[in-house]
Amino acid sequence: MTIEELEQIAKTVSQENDKYDFEVNVCMDLACMSQGAGQLREALAKAAEASGKSVLVRRTGCMGPCSSGPLVRVDPEETLYHHVNAGHAEAIVSSLGGQPVPELQCDLNEHFDKQVRVVLENAGYIDPEKIDDYIVRDGYKALLTALTEMTPNGVIHRITESGLRGRGGGGYPTGLKWGTVAKAAGDLKYVVCNGDEGDPGAFMDRSVMEGDPHRVIEGMAIAAYAVGASKGFIYVRAEYPVAVSRLTTALRDARRRGLLGNGICNTPFNFDVEIRLGAGAFVCGEETALIASIEGRRGTPKPRPPYPAVSGLFGKPTLINNVETFANVAPIVRNGGKWFANMGSERSKGTKVFALTGKIANTGLVEVPMGIKLREIIEVIGGGVPGGHTFKAVQTGGPSGGCIPAEMLDVGVSYDALVRLGSIMGSGGMIVMDDTSCMVNVARFFVEFCMTESCGKCIPCRAGTAQMHTLLTRFCTGTGTMDDLDLLMGLCETIKETSLCGLGMTAPNPVLSTLKYFRNEYIEHIVHKRCPAGVCKMEAPVEVVA
Amino acid sequence: MPAFTPPPLPSDDKRWKIVNGTMRKNGFARHALIETLHTVQSAFGYLDDDAIRFVAHSLRVPLSQAYGVVTFYHYFSLKPPGKHTMTICEGTACYIKGADDLMAAAIKRLGIQQGQTTKDGGISLMKARCVGACSRAPVVLCDGEVAGEVTAEQMLEQLERWAVE
Repeated sequence: MTIEELEQIAKTVSQENDKYDFEVNVCMDLACMSQGAGQLREALAKAAEASGKSVLVRRTGCMGPCSSGPLVRVDPEETLYHHVNAGHAEAIVSSLGGQPVPELQCDLNEHFDKQVRVVLENAGYIDPEKIDDYIVRDGYKALLTALTEMTPNGVIHRITESGLRGRGGGGYPTGLKWGTVAKAAGDLKYVVCNGDEGDPGAFMDRSVMEGDPHRVIEGMAIAAYAVGASKGFIYVRAEYPVAVSRLTTALRDARRRGLLGNGICNTPFNFDVEIRLGAGAFVCGEETALIASIEGRRGTPKPRPPYPAVSGLFGKPTLINNVETFANVAPIVRNGGKWFANMGSERSKGTKVFALTGKIANTGLVEVPMGIKLREIIEVIGGGVPGGHTFKAVQTGGPSGGCIPAEMLDVGVSYDALVRLGSIMGSGGMIVMDDTSCMVNVARFFVEFCMTESCGKCIPCRAGTAQMHTLLTRFCTGTGTMDDLDLLMGLCETIKETSLCGLGMTAPNPVLSTLKYFRNEYIEHIVHKRCPAGVCKMEAPVEVVA
Repeated sequence: MPAFTPPPLPSDDKRWKIVNGTMRKNGFARHALIETLHTVQSAFGYLDDDAIRFVAHSLRVPLSQAYGVVTFYHYFSLKPPGKHTMTICEGTACYIKGADDLMAAAIKRLGIQQGQTTKDGGISLMKARCVGACSRAPVVLCDGEVAGEVTAEQMLEQLERWAVE
């Protein structure tokens, strides 16, 4: 495959697509599928055929606002329909070329206007199982450009210039990581894509892998060229069977087109990728644990250094990046580092995909420029808290993150700002809570999660999370004391300081952040044996005489 | 060193050939342990002692290590699943939207704990960490099919339909 051949394919396919007068795109992501998008697509195809109009019915990845699903977008008019079912198929098809169906029209302009789509640029526009759909939208152009016109150092320089930081949560500068692996000695190196999205309440990586799998593969191949690797692994959760099957198809098609394999684009560059299945262990998101799991062992982390960049998978230098990080690579190579660095805030460049869920009107996937205020994400894009309830907190970063209260919503989203607030960026889960959520109970939920997910290797995490859970359970049942609270705070510090890996070091975050902003709720539970949100079932409710 | 001969298949059940295929594809390398266990579980529904022993011997992995891996990862099950499985997602978004009420209702209806199967082998009750359908929380999986924004009544109706089968 050469650049000319690639352009020829893009031209042919786009001529094919132009033969159709209309394109009807059906979102077939998990959320829409669970509401009957499968039958909807069949009905649309049938109606299109019966109508005699020239219509292309296409299956696409997640379009974003899942709460409005199933979603259908009609092109070229770009009319978005929401809550569509199979019964609406005929109405939609007969409206083509005329007036849109008014009762199905979706008015989410505010929701979309604030968003900037880089990672999700193809979401809703391509069939994830068709490599040609990806190629038409400049797919694999970045890889072939890098291979033929750039040196590996040039690629690393461009990534460094873009200011891209790891999207898995830690925010380590991607260019720096690539540079370290490139400099590491050894002929055999690996590139690993972390698709073990273990953070409960987050599904960005699932959507990217399912909706635009080639983008991840292209990013990995460019990374492999830059660092001198010849072999890659994508580590995907077994709980994501669709992602596994889409990636398998994508890898097969990329190999057939000569975009993976030996001598890619008539250069000496060889690269191929294998899929490895996770088996349900949150700790495997930690890079040394992930490596152990790919090697077929229990996913327990190892002390660093040595870092995987020097000694990783099978003892070889290994580059590990998250799905979303790889998904950013191709557009950066295509458009330049400066283009990317122009988006975002001072030290957090580009965009970030968030999974907006919980007590919020528009749940789903959103992609926003870094630096955007949390308030804009929640009130404008998310449409605020529904049902007449009031906003209480937004949780970011999953079990390693924290809860951010209403007073702090005017802070711009960046790696550093979220850390200052006592939370973290994390992989991008954003769970909104209203006045019916008890913050002590939420803290207990996360600690219980970390307790069951602790691998058991180091004592602070193994025993510490269990003790935190006991103390929090006392508060939630009305049997805790103020001494328990002091004990809990001391314990948090110890676990944070002495745990071996990120899981333990960040496990106290949900407790510390709720204690920081919602201390009064703890006090209510302890002193007045009362749960203000009415969630915790107190053993012995006590009437307090004023 | 004498050439290694993999152990014979445990029975003439055709599914063992699929399992053997996964190991062969990976050159019987030790790092194929988790991949192979996945194949066993998807073919047989769970991992029993014979299966673990066969895989461990074939890949020359100590039995203790193979058992250690099986018990480390939540996804692997040592017990056969019931005819139907109700999985309740307990990810954060589902929890915030009342997944624990669903779980309590299911436990009460079935008279078993989470992770168990009814005595007649009819229904298993499982919990998932997160299936990634958070935008439609709370979510349950009825035999693997995602159902979103589920109420306790809807879930109990499904359990009822399974119970009378």
